[in-house]
Amino acid sequence: MFQKTVKMKTNQRFDSSTNHLIAYPLHLADNALILGHRDSEWTGHGPILEQDIALSNIALDLIGQARNFYQYAAKLKADGSTEDTLAYLRDVNEFKNCLLVEQPNGDWGQTVTRQFLFSTYQYFLYQQLQHCSDKTIASIAEKGLKEVTYHTRWSSEWIIRLGDGTDESHTRMKNALNHLWEFTDELFIQSSYETGVAKHGIRVDHALIKEQWYEKVRSVLSEATLSIPESSQQKRENLGKEGHHTEHLYEILSEMQSLQRALPGCEW
Amino acid sequence: MKMILFRKYYYGDLPDNQKGAQHSSPTEGTQEGAGTWPLWEVFIRSKQGLDHKHVGSLHAADAKMAIENARDVYTRRQEGVSIWVVESKSIHASNPDDAENFFEPANDKVYRHPTFYDLPDELKHM
Repeated sequence: MFQKTVKMKTNQRFDSSTNHLIAYPLHLADNALILGHRDSEWTGHGPILEQDIALSNIALDLIGQARNFYQYAAKLKADGSTEDTLAYLRDVNEFKNCLLVEQPNGDWGQTVTRQFLFSTYQYFLYQQLQHCSDKTIASIAEKGLKEVTYHTRWSSEWIIRLGDGTDESHTRMKNALNHLWEFTDELFIQSSYETGVAKHGIRVDHALIKEQWYEKVRSVLSEATLSIPESSQQKRENLGKEGHHTEHLYEILSEMQSLQRALPGCEW
Repeated sequence: MKMILFRKYYYGDLPDNQKGAQHSSPTEGTQEGAGTWPLWEVFIRSKQGLDHKHVGSLHAADAKMAIENARDVYTRRQEGVSIWVVESKSIHASNPDDAENFFEPANDKVYRHPTFYDLPDELKHM
């Protein structure tokens, strides 16, 4: 009996649907880690002390979510991986985060715009994930949702404050939005594993998320006297989700992973 | 002889021409915002049934931002369940020069302390 179970598990590892089950939490973890890392680049450089702390708190929330998802992925991989090996020892083409989260901070306007566009997506995604039948994913999403609710609120306020602010702040917000908009398409294009995990009870209605996301984004932008940029209508071929990244992820990883790569397993 | 009159201002008790928010751009990446956004006093209730207590101050452009900043600066280690903020300019302080006539007369009035009652152990925060 025991033998049989073990054998089945081994076979499953070669089953692509099991790979999907591993890839999915990795994707969620990578999104959170990379955005958290970007946000943490502001630590010590925020426009004022209070906002420096606010964004650092958000970075910590996201890195906390990433840890939970990495731990789960490591457990599913069952090959000796840990949260640390997954974060620090994978190569750039193994990262499954969306292109949006790896984009540089730019000015404060660009940072809050990136946060708003992504947190709003994450908010509606976690809302569904908290009810999925994978208990681990559901509980991480439920806990994360409270954090993301605040991230959405915080970034929305900044969008409104700066969009409906001075001429200069309005122009900067408009530029940020035009720049980042092209990366939002990817949020709603499903990768193989996002479709594949439905078999494991992780069913997400992506069409609904897209609808909710547009509605929220449109309403906040309109309060901020900004509007949705005209879409380029260009179908994105290279998905960050599938490991095709911009040069910005190389930069992040070369900095973020340098210590673990130079001194593997080092602790401090 | 010409007498120079000057008024001393105490904490938070600012004159009108020095009050209020001045517009500043927080996008410039400098610490300038902190100098021009008004100061707010923050009060946190640590749990239901207790008073809001003064915990410190911070800068914010308006009340909404002040509450969010207070959440981020003062409640990140589970310190609170409720936040009040009030712009520092709205707080008027007693004059330290008045301390003698304000507070010292109470020093020898021990009978004002309700020390003649036995309080049950269950009664906390008295």
